[in-house]
Amino acid sequence: MALSSQDIARIAHLARLELSPRDSERMLSQINGFFDVVEQMRAVDTSGVVPLAHPVEMTQAVALRLRDDAVSEPDNREANQRSAPAVERGLFLVPRVIE
Amino acid sequence: MAASAFEQMGVGELAQRLRAREVSAVELAQHFLSRCEAQASLGAFVALDAEVTLAQARAADARLAAGEGADTAPLLGVPIAHKDIFVTRDFASTAGSKMLQGYRSPFDATVVARLGVQPGGAGMVTLGKLNCDEFAMGSSNENSAYGVARNPWDTTRIPGGSSGGSAVAVAARLAPAVTGTDTGGSIRQPAAFCGITGIKPTYGRASRYGMIAFASSLDQAGPMARSAEDCALLLSAMCGPDPDRDSTSLDVPAEDFSRSLNDSIEGLRIGLPREFFGPGLSDDVRAAIDGAIAELRKLGAKPVEISLPRTELAIPVYYIIAPAEASSNLSRFDGVKFGHRAKDYTDLLDMYKKTRAEGFGDEVKRRIMIGAYVLSHGYYDAYYLQAQKIRRMIADDFQRAFTECDVIAGPVAPTVAWKLGEKSDDPVANYLADIFTLPASLAGLPGMSVPAGFGAHRMPVGLQLIGNYFGEARLLNVAHRLQQATDFHLQQPT
Repeated sequence: MALSSQDIARIAHLARLELSPRDSERMLSQINGFFDVVEQMRAVDTSGVVPLAHPVEMTQAVALRLRDDAVSEPDNREANQRSAPAVERGLFLVPRVIE
Repeated sequence: MAASAFEQMGVGELAQRLRAREVSAVELAQHFLSRCEAQASLGAFVALDAEVTLAQARAADARLAAGEGADTAPLLGVPIAHKDIFVTRDFASTAGSKMLQGYRSPFDATVVARLGVQPGGAGMVTLGKLNCDEFAMGSSNENSAYGVARNPWDTTRIPGGSSGGSAVAVAARLAPAVTGTDTGGSIRQPAAFCGITGIKPTYGRASRYGMIAFASSLDQAGPMARSAEDCALLLSAMCGPDPDRDSTSLDVPAEDFSRSLNDSIEGLRIGLPREFFGPGLSDDVRAAIDGAIAELRKLGAKPVEISLPRTELAIPVYYIIAPAEASSNLSRFDGVKFGHRAKDYTDLLDMYKKTRAEGFGDEVKRRIMIGAYVLSHGYYDAYYLQAQKIRRMIADDFQRAFTECDVIAGPVAPTVAWKLGEKSDDPVANYLADIFTLPASLAGLPGMSVPAGFGAHRMPVGLQLIGNYFGEARLLNVAHRLQQATDFHLQQPT
């Protein structure tokens, strides 16, 4: 199975990546090279096998662990926003999305 | 005693000499910092800040002067450096990516805190942050946005990756101990290529809180140092439950991994997977591994042949699952809450796309693309789910193997470290070279790399040891016994 340049454009959009035409071309040949390696995996008979989503399942029953619904962290907004590209009055700034 | 003598000491001995006041934490920090500066061309570090390091060292000295004992902070004053995948409050945290250039975390990763000088930590002084492949994606450290790291045994060769800077720092004696992370072999492979010792514990032993995520069901932190004895001390400090901050941290109490270092390995069954010794293994590596196994046999271990029949399948399975998880994890880099944001854009969507195009390097983009594809509608079952099913089969294969042996041994990598640039245009060639480390990663098993001599071009070879779940103490025991009988781990690049 080989991907087309339309597939690359569609995936890049899903992944929110802008690719130059040169990048797209290179990506296409590299990803197709990778999927050649993947082919052997598709032929394996896995009927009846339960997917292993997480290695912890191998040693214990995995249950969703929830913390008590209680305040545990202090207000740290200033420190948390220190590395934000654009902040005003404690708010993250983004381009206008609603006219 | 000359300061250079301290370069040759292990972590435990340094801690003792600090407590005996034969050397101060400040002297040690200054010595290692000056080595880091002198060896800057190796590219091991991406962040150093002498002021921060010396402040930590002074704090350690004050506590040593007050007579603080080993029971509260066993490694008080001993220097360490962290892979730049762990977030730190006092140093920038970049994950080797332009996306996070200059990023300052408001908190320390749990592993960093557990090792550090803050109350409750082991008392270690941070020298700085270590170079790595971008978001830990790579096997050569060539994917770092901050330049390559060089193998100190031959500076025209790669140190391995993704914890490349970590391995270089220990091998070149720039730090006595470092942290690394291992998703598909990123502790074991650079440790092997640089002739040092490293261990990845059972998945869930070490907290992932503050470890910048790549593939969450695989990422695991571990120590790298010169000896198994050092790794045992470091691992004991690093591990332990972190239930409030890491939802996959195991509820298994911290352990003293040094307790059985000297146990006999008489009668221990060492499983040799025949798939690890096939035609893909180069002759020089095979010879060194055979030599190490012969040493283990002399110590009373009993080699037995076993089979891990799906070893080759681990490559496609891993390179489906890890990118799938990465594509999800890395969606947080959108130019809004932290990190890089493109300068010119037309609207929100355009901002996302340009920000990510500028901030991520080629390998990261490739993996995001693969991940987004295998998770997309119509392909999920054929790729992602199929990979997860084979992941189960691979984990089951190990459980079958462990009915026939106690520990598994084999090579870490099929060859010694290759030349810088040799495979950088061929991502698939890099992926194939991960074949022997991927199976244990997929199963979540503990694995380690132990120096096993030298191969072609006098480059180091690493013996891989894989244990069953929670079998770290056994692995460290086998490695320590081997290191008592050999001196490969004591050799250093000139």
